[in-house]
Amino acid sequence: MNKEWPLWEVFIRSKAGLHHQHVGSLHAADSEMALENARDVYTRRQEGVSIWVVQSNSIIASNPEENTSFFDPAEDKIYRHPTFYELPDELKHM
Amino acid sequence: MTAKEKNFEALFQAKIDQEIKIEAKDWMPDAYRKTLVRQISQHAHSEIVGMLPEGNWITRAPSLRRKIGLLAKVQDEAGHGLYLYSAAETLGTTRGQMMDALNEGKAKYSSIFNYPTITWADIGAVGWLVDGAAILNQVMLTRTSYGPYARAMVRICKEESFHQRQGFDIMMSLCNGTAEQKAMAQDALNRWWWPSLMMFGPSDAESQHSEQSMIWKIKRKSNDTLRQQFVDATVDQAKILGITIPDPDLSWNEEKGHYDFGAIDWDEFWQVVKGNGICNRDRLKARRAAYITNGKWVRDAAIAYAEKKQQRDISKVA
Repeated sequence: MNKEWPLWEVFIRSKAGLHHQHVGSLHAADSEMALENARDVYTRRQEGVSIWVVQSNSIIASNPEENTSFFDPAEDKIYRHPTFYELPDELKHM
Repeated sequence: MTAKEKNFEALFQAKIDQEIKIEAKDWMPDAYRKTLVRQISQHAHSEIVGMLPEGNWITRAPSLRRKIGLLAKVQDEAGHGLYLYSAAETLGTTRGQMMDALNEGKAKYSSIFNYPTITWADIGAVGWLVDGAAILNQVMLTRTSYGPYARAMVRICKEESFHQRQGFDIMMSLCNGTAEQKAMAQDALNRWWWPSLMMFGPSDAESQHSEQSMIWKIKRKSNDTLRQQFVDATVDQAKILGITIPDPDLSWNEEKGHYDFGAIDWDEFWQVVKGNGICNRDRLKARRAAYITNGKWVRDAAIAYAEKKQQRDISKVA
């Protein structure tokens, strides 16, 4: 038998109140081992309070070669930013 | 090269020039991908093989404090190897392919690990000099152009700084100890100094891959620049320890603002690279035993168990 252990992506919440963030990947035979390996590899110095592991092949990613058309809808909508709207000079904060 | 590829290549170089990182799914020239796979896997192998000369001393460390420090450092190196293998895998190679290349002697790792650690002072010298040299290279690589490699390096550098300190700390204790202990520290410096300088690779004039790697910003400082940086930093540290760097030509050059140092024995370097160092055969033997003889059945059993469990879960649902 010559099967490689599947690849998992690891996400860690560094402390309560923050998002889980992608930190890297690892190989593991199953989800339980993936969690334990993630703990041993990515939180040896208490870098996290919560870990997610996801099999890498379950992630659907956008294609960078189609970036121009894919992200096109947001390109010309400067009115979505507060700086688009002018305020009178006497108004200091809004 | 087709016109389309030429255009891609120009866009690629423009991104590099603008300091935009290259990510895994972005278009990249085949040679860039190949260079990175070679360099990152070589770097990963160095972390893994690097555990061997130190692992040798875990059970022999002179106190519990030294033992837990060394154990933590060796564990870190396993982690660093893993971050790097993962970064290389984003380029389309597999863990198995990289392991096979190492075990078959096709892939290189840092030649420094083909030298033996014969006394406890060697563990101090390895941390102080070998990790010290590696850190300079790794700090540079936190700004490398390939995103996954750069991110792995940031993580590694954060963890690595304790490695050099624990090595220096070992050297300090020995140098402040008995005359015999200090002699042991001096002996370790004598043996590790020149191989440490060789870690930065051939001189710029001789370096095979350097020029293109600088254009691609995989490397951002030349071998000789990093080597000089290492010598300049280390001379003062040796003075604090009160031991002598084994180089009669070492002297401060006021004009350049750097230390001049003697000629490196490149014949020795190439001999070790070619497999004729003191420990080359032992290291590969140990890696093969770990991966094939003692490791393969464990990996196979784990995957068989995972598949069986999955089957059981499916039949439960049905």
